[in-house]
Amino acid sequence: MLVIAEQRDGKLNRATWETIAAAQRLAGGTPITVAVLGAATGGVAQELASAAVAEILVAEHPALDPYTPDAYASAAAAVIDAAKPVFVLLPHTYQTRDFAPLLAARIRKPLVTDVTAIDGTGGDATFARPMFQGKLAAHVKPQGGTPAIVTIQIGAFRADAAQKGGPAPVKKADVQIDATSVRQKPEPPFREAKQAVDLGQAERIVAVGRGIKSQEHIPLAEKLAKAMGAEVAASRPICDNGWLPMERQIGSSGQTVAPKLYVALGISGAIQHLVGMKGSRTIVAINKDAEAPIFEVADYGIVGDLFEIAPAIVAELEKG
Amino acid sequence: MKIAVCIKQVPTREWQPRLNDAKTWIREQDISYEMNEPDAYALEEALRLREKHGGEVVVCSAGPARVQTVIREALARGADRAIHVEHDSLGSADAFVLADALAAAMKDEKFDLVLTGLQSDDQGHGQTGVILAERLGIPSSTIIMDVQIEGGSLRVKRELEGGWFQWISMPLPALLTIQSGINQLRYATLKGIMAAKKKEIRKAALPDGLTPAQKIVSLAVPTRSKQTQMIGGSAADAAKELVRRLRDEARAL
Repeated sequence: MLVIAEQRDGKLNRATWETIAAAQRLAGGTPITVAVLGAATGGVAQELASAAVAEILVAEHPALDPYTPDAYASAAAAVIDAAKPVFVLLPHTYQTRDFAPLLAARIRKPLVTDVTAIDGTGGDATFARPMFQGKLAAHVKPQGGTPAIVTIQIGAFRADAAQKGGPAPVKKADVQIDATSVRQKPEPPFREAKQAVDLGQAERIVAVGRGIKSQEHIPLAEKLAKAMGAEVAASRPICDNGWLPMERQIGSSGQTVAPKLYVALGISGAIQHLVGMKGSRTIVAINKDAEAPIFEVADYGIVGDLFEIAPAIVAELEKG
Repeated sequence: MKIAVCIKQVPTREWQPRLNDAKTWIREQDISYEMNEPDAYALEEALRLREKHGGEVVVCSAGPARVQTVIREALARGADRAIHVEHDSLGSADAFVLADALAAAMKDEKFDLVLTGLQSDDQGHGQTGVILAERLGIPSSTIIMDVQIEGGSLRVKRELEGGWFQWISMPLPALLTIQSGINQLRYATLKGIMAAKKKEIRKAALPDGLTPAQKIVSLAVPTRSKQTQMIGGSAADAAKELVRRLRDEARAL
């Protein structure tokens, strides 16, 4: 069992702990190796050594900084070749989404992405993953040899469920990367605009989705937000259309929030949105589609026409 | 510039899932389909690049005969011609099979740039584009929000998590997976729809011996992780009850 950790500039991505928890669940006692890839991974290996795993493997090479899919796929392939795992687990981050399919294509092994649950252990395991925008959950089995590569959805396993032990021994892995094989030349990451609103600090949020239909209806959500003492936010399509600024976007490509109250107005609940808000304390979903995935995470649900329900809530709140 | 755009036909967003008897796939009889949304953005980006740099846009799709509808739609929006890898089994194929099928049909075309959506709204593996790049022997970059081409070299803006971005340069030919919202979509004009009828769709056969990398053991409507309290009644009654519960039970107001 191999876990590939994610780190940047010597800082561990916390989702790695969730992936370790998933690996421990899947391993059923078989030893787990955690590999750390990077140019200078600092204290990440020591931090991970507190996990109940067999060993930490540090694969350092100058070509691994900055991140490129070509270099990471090469390094991961080398580590897999040496460790001969049955499963390779990674967190389903944007970085993994960039290089895991390349790795799978190169070593011609199966890849199961965005896994939310694991049934069984070892070779008998099946993996649950969303399909059709979360309307259905599939149980899938990788086919075509080992290792199978599996990426774990952020938030599907709890980081604090990862068993501690150790300290696990830290070993160096020898990886050779031909620098000329790395075709992508990245520039430093940047932020588009200053975040003028910090939705992370908001106590209450009213978020709008496609169900609002057109820009002219946005004031409806703003009125509801005002009546609730909430900030207005949105799912991705609303910001893509320019109906609300990008800085108000909730989800994997926007902000992650956990307010006291989250009202999802006409949001169907694609997984990219859910990861940004499912930690909210109380979630209200208002949607015309009773089957919308948003109702799976909601505490309170109203199936109906938001154009009738939102004004009715405003009227009710104004009664005091 | 010779640009390929890979598009997929997927059930519409309004579609309510129905399962087959074995509960291993969906009932395909009564589905209405549409172009996978991220692929529509990839097509739009390709059309804009052609407007700027000249060349042609070739739509590529692997699927049963029904995918001709979205191929015609792409041609109506302005693509020049199409390649269709046609086989009934491709409707439920996984990313490896689709990528191998597309690669076989595309490799002799020697495209300068291949665009596709970052993932499909049906199976949602998010793999097909990147595997295709590897099969074509070209570099890839994913979740792209801007494409610049100058003097034969490519510079793209890749979306990172939490509002961060990064510019990446790479040589052509290359493959990019496009994020929704990169541009504003155009729709087909009547003139475009008429013109599309005369455009070429080259049929390609599914190569033998492609093997899937995963098997769907079962499909189900997901179980609720929370006990959702549904509130019914008229809009006014539901609003009243919701406000009461948010105040008294959840203490969220």
